[in-house]
Parts: sequence; C-alpha cells; structure tokens
Amino acid sequence: MDGDYLERYRSLFDQFDVVAAFWVNIQLTLAAGLIALVLGTALAVMRISPAPSLRWAGSTYVTLVRNTPLTVIIVFCVLGLWGQLGITFSDDFNRNFFWLAVLGLAVYHAAFVCEALRSGVNTVPVGQAEAARAIGLGFVASARLVILPQAFRGAVAPLGNVLIALVKNSTVAAAGSVAEASGLMAEMIEFRPDVILAIFFTFAFGFVLLVVPIGLATTSLSRRWTVAR
Amino acid sequence: MADVSVAPSTAPSDEGGALLSLRAVEKHFGDLHVLRHVDLTIARGEVVVVIGPSGSGKSTLCRTINRLETIDSGTITIAGRELPEEGRDLARLRAQVGMVFQSFNLFAHKTVLENVTLGPIKAKGVKRAAAKERAMELLDRVGVANQAHKLPAQLSGGQQQRVAIARALAMDPELILFDEPTSALDPEMINEVLDVMVGLARDGMTMLVVTHEMGFARRAADRVVFMDAGEIVEESDPETFFTAPRSDRAKDFLSKILPH
Repeated sequence: MDGDYLERYRSLFDQFDVVAAFWVNIQLTLAAGLIALVLGTALAVMRISPAPSLRWAGSTYVTLVRNTPLTVIIVFCVLGLWGQLGITFSDDFNRNFFWLAVLGLAVYHAAFVCEALRSGVNTVPVGQAEAARAIGLGFVASARLVILPQAFRGAVAPLGNVLIALVKNSTVAAAGSVAEASGLMAEMIEFRPDVILAIFFTFAFGFVLLVVPIGLATTSLSRRWTVAR
Repeated sequence: MADVSVAPSTAPSDEGGALLSLRAVEKHFGDLHVLRHVDLTIARGEVVVVIGPSGSGKSTLCRTINRLETIDSGTITIAGRELPEEGRDLARLRAQVGMVFQSFNLFAHKTVLENVTLGPIKAKGVKRAAAKERAMELLDRVGVANQAHKLPAQLSGGQQQRVAIARALAMDPELILFDEPTSALDPEMINEVLDVMVGLARDGMTMLVVTHEMGFARRAADRVVFMDAGEIVEESDPETFFTAPRSDRAKDFLSKILPH
C-alpha cells in the first residue's frame, strides 16, 4: 500500500510539470514586484510632496486600489483591458495574459508598497528634512538623497511583507487565464483524485519554500541596514 | 587646526550695511501669538545673541529667517532681497543661509565627509573633488578631520555639532543661524562647540545665535536681543544687558539664570 501510494505520487511528476508552473509564479512575482516598487515609490513621493494636488492623487490611488479585491483587478485587466479595449502586450496569446496579470498584480501591490514606504518615511526624523532644506536642496533632491534612502532602510520589513503577499497573490493570475501553480494544482486534483492530499501538500510546501527565504532575508537585512541614530 | 578663512570673500553692497532685516513680523501657531511685531536688523559681520525664557519665540524667530517656518505678515529681507516663496529661489536663498540645529540633524545614513559635501555638490554644483578638499579643510578647522569617514552615530554630540557647523560653512553662507546649538550637549562638550563659534565670530561671520550660554554672549556677541512672549523686549550690548538690564522682564529672567 505504502509503496504503491509513493509510486502513484511520483508518477504525478511525469504527468505534470510542477516546477515549470512554479517558475511562472516566480516570474509573475519578479516582474510585478519590480514595477510595483517603482510605481509605489512614485506614489509615496506624491503622498509626502508639498503639492496638495499630488498628495490628493496619491492617496486617492491608494484608497481605490487597496480596497478593490485583487481578483476583480486581474479579471478587469483581462476582460476589460484586453477583451473590451483590445490592449495587448504580446503577440503570443498566452504571454499576453501573463503581462496583463503582471500589470494587475503591479498596480495592486504598488498601493501596499506606497504605504510600507510611508511607514519608513515616518521613521526618519523631521530634522533630517529640515537639514536638507537648510542646505538648499529642493523637495525632489531632499527626497531622493536624504529621506528615501533612510525610509527604504526603515521599511525593509514591511516591504518584505508586501513581497511575501505578492508571491502568494501571484496565484490569482489563474483568474486571468495564466497557467501557473494554483491552476496546475486544480488540474492535477481533477485528474488524479487518488493522491489529493499529496498534491495539496506539494503545493503548500512549494510556496513555503519560496516565502520562507524572503522572510529570513528581510529580517536580517532590516537588522543590518538599520540607520543608527 | 588649520587657518581657513570662512568669511565671505565678496561683500555685496547692502543699504546701510544691513545683511538681514525683519520688519513687523507676526506669526501665530493657532491661537498662540508666537512672534509679535518683531523688528530686527543685523549688519554684515555682526554677531547677535537671542536669549529669553523657553516659549518666548526665539527658535521660531530663527527658523523664519530661512523659512523653515512661514510668517503671517511683515517682511524678511536678506542682502537686500525679500525672502522668496517656496521654489527654486527659496532653495537658493537657503544655500546662502547656514543653519545649525539643536539636535545636530546630521544625515544619519551618510558619513561625516558626505554630510559636508552633499550641499556643495548637489545644491551648488561644486565638483566632487573640490567639495571634498574644502570639506576636509573645514573638518580640520572644527577639529574632526580624523572622523571624516565615520557615520554620525559613531561621534559624540560635541563632535556631531562641530560637523554640523562645518556642513553649514561648506555652503559659504553669508549668515549662519544657530538654534540652541549647545542645548542638547553634555556639559563637558559645550565648550568645544562654543570655541568653534567664537572662532567664527572673530573671523567676521555674521551670526544669529539662540542660546542660553551667557559666557558665549559675553565673549563673542556684538549685541544681545532679549525676547519674551513673542516680542523683542530689550536690545543692547552684552555688558550692558548682563550688568544693567532696563526692563523688569529681563531683570527677572537674568535673576533666574545667573549664578547666585
């Protein structure tokens, strides 16, 4: 019985390419994470800027996007942007869905990156900004040279949390017709109900394997990068 | 310490020699009237000490001069030009007015040397090598050249404040504002900072110093301004102020702070 179960479990990996599916999640995470970091930083700068209109635009974005379910955003990207408006990012049919999902994930997580960074800005004493202004730096130079470098270092742990959420949220790309790990899991459960529990634990373990190093890395980085005051 | 000149080499002609002039300046924080009709003129090369009880508006006064605090009404003129609104002109003016804070405010993620070179390189467009050389001269002048590659947190308070003075000097300011520069220091470090400030005063730097250090006022000030409840109550030379104050409020204040 035991040997038989193990044999059936092993045969799963001949039938389905689990590693390739996880690789799609990693790609989604890396691409969306990078875009979300840039977009989220821009939003954070808007939210701390002296211009009321920029602050308003930044906080409106965060309020709207953060409070919309990710599934809704991704489905909108596919059905709205592509289905209705015909926006395509790639000639390859499947690749196009991938980039639409990246867009949805990036737009959504940018709101959280912005808020994580703002918590980092709050760790920077107001005197740092005053000193920057007092030597003749404008807002953009003060933000780039003095505030943000310290804010990022103060925000490593919350930014790590956003990345962890992003890794797991990348499975929502399944709602946008991207073939990734959670979609493959559903497919495997459908075709191989004889090893359901093993399939479930395989995918759970796969995500733990991806996420645990991120947590460890951010904890150690946030300790190493602490700005001594 | 090397002998480095810090006085501005060029002296543009100002009307009547006034580098800084405040006229009828008013400011409120909500219901609190923090500056009441403040008139103050500082001539080029003059050292003015502002003293007064806490909450009298001295720090606010100091901070309005480079517009870290805005004013409700009145005018502030520096070298003949009225203080600009926000924007590029204001940044340019701030580059001409140095500021030394009570809590040092050195950039915590940058080395001592980078703290001093950041303004010249990024705000004035000085070449990196030239800015570095000048920064090392200034750090040597304030006696912390050997700490140039450390982070601020690795220095004592007195050393940090001397770096902050070097950072202000690196911009070649026409005027330096000192906002209680020794109030956050341990007693044994106060003199090392005051000595640097006395040296600056002797070299002809124009300075506005908010401080409780009566010794410094006596040694270096040309004039003492006494503030209370947001207004300038009394102005005179240090000797007169400390030995023969005219107003009751100044007499009362001095009786509380001078040794018995």
